[in-house]
Amino acid sequence: MTATVDGAAPQRTPLYDTHLEFGARMVEFAGWSMPISFAGIIEEHQHTRSACSVFDVSHMGRLVLTGSGAGPLLNRVCTRNLSGAEPGRSFYSNICREDGGILDDVIVSRFEDSWGLVCNASNRDKIVAWLDRHRQGTDVTLRDETAATAMLAVQGPRAIDAAREVANQDFSTLKRYHFRSFEFMGLRIIVYRSGYTGEDGLEVVLPAGAVRMLLPRLLGTKDKPHAVVRPAGLGARDTLRLEAAMPLYGHELSEEVDSLTADLAWCVDLSKDFIGAEPMRQLAARGLPRRRVGLEVEGRRIARQHAAVYADGRAMGTVTSGTLSPTLDRSIAMAYVEAGVSAPGTALEVEIGSKRAAAKVVKLPFYKRPAGS
Amino acid sequence: MALPTDRKYSETHEWYLIEGDVVTLGITQHAADELTDITFVELPEVGKTYHAGDVIGEVESVKATSEIFTALPGTVLDVNTALAEHPERVNEDAFEEGWMVKLRASSLEPASNLMDAKEYKAYVRNAR
Repeated sequence: MTATVDGAAPQRTPLYDTHLEFGARMVEFAGWSMPISFAGIIEEHQHTRSACSVFDVSHMGRLVLTGSGAGPLLNRVCTRNLSGAEPGRSFYSNICREDGGILDDVIVSRFEDSWGLVCNASNRDKIVAWLDRHRQGTDVTLRDETAATAMLAVQGPRAIDAAREVANQDFSTLKRYHFRSFEFMGLRIIVYRSGYTGEDGLEVVLPAGAVRMLLPRLLGTKDKPHAVVRPAGLGARDTLRLEAAMPLYGHELSEEVDSLTADLAWCVDLSKDFIGAEPMRQLAARGLPRRRVGLEVEGRRIARQHAAVYADGRAMGTVTSGTLSPTLDRSIAMAYVEAGVSAPGTALEVEIGSKRAAAKVVKLPFYKRPAGS
Repeated sequence: MALPTDRKYSETHEWYLIEGDVVTLGITQHAADELTDITFVELPEVGKTYHAGDVIGEVESVKATSEIFTALPGTVLDVNTALAEHPERVNEDAFEEGWMVKLRASSLEPASNLMDAKEYKAYVRNAR
């Protein structure tokens, strides 16, 4: 399967008909027809923070690598140190070009006899080509399982309870960034304790042909909806990840920025050899000229991607994402600014339409879920 | 989609209620739905004069920012100040509570280029 070419109809996930049944507003995203919202972005956002939402994330790329060279290959292309990775563990990582520019941010999972890699839908072809190029001459087989599987994100403080009801399994003992692979009604299901919302939750991969049969157990039907679990779309996914300060490829992350500047040093091991390590070592030694920061913007207007950021009237950076935070009820944004004006508390201005609004650098994340929930 | 039949509609998704030379305008429910949750509405100053086709305001949602145009020239008589505190009213009731601007039109001639409810409905359907 290849990505949609210009003019071709967008691809549909196995849940396309279910989205329509639940009244989704559909949009095209990275070549896929996806739900942007159901009940409304803010309502879905708040429901995820207080209860539990299900997001269809089947558009994301799911790759499987097998062979004796799979581990070494991944450790060479990933910024994260994967040597010694134990089966059952997942790792957030970046994959970078030789010059350190970020090709994608991915989740790598260590299975007993293989490795899994989840990448962004928009970068799937690029990552497949990159892995293909770097596996030459080694014992690595690459399989794309995107079309054969579906992927759901079950997110929110009630997610673990909801999943227990459906699968009759306790996932509360599954640690964050660990996963469990098991058979359910004869189907192979993988459940990860991870997500992209800042809440507790699970991400579930299951056979494409089974998801429409299993989903009503989690979500109910349009006429008989589940009491707690509701569908949510890409709109809420975006506002949720922004509050949690999680970077999004195409916004905070691109080939024009390296992992250190992106404030992702925690997933970079400069002591190992990987593609893009050398320029990042030099950058770390010299000091970062610009940094990813959080901004609180005065007023209720939203600073959009590409908006200029000013300090004392001089252009000092660019906004990557902004929204009106549903949880904090204030205008927030992430931006790249010059290091000299990146300290929390620094007063800046951001361009909004033809005007400029006062803004202040704040510590990320904007939202952290209450301890113990 | 239930569309009021007492108005005219533009291709940029504004509605116009024309009563004599007083014109009330807002954005259609379709436009409000497409924008998703509206978080901010910028409206013009009372007394300001606009030409046909001018940008008269801005509407912002969690997803996007979009300009509001006036197809009719005129002077602003009144604006819906309630939207400053309650921009969500545009989502809830775009055709009544979500009205935006009242103009005294200096010419009604451009109204002949606007669509009626039936034509606008077909226009939205074809745009999908």
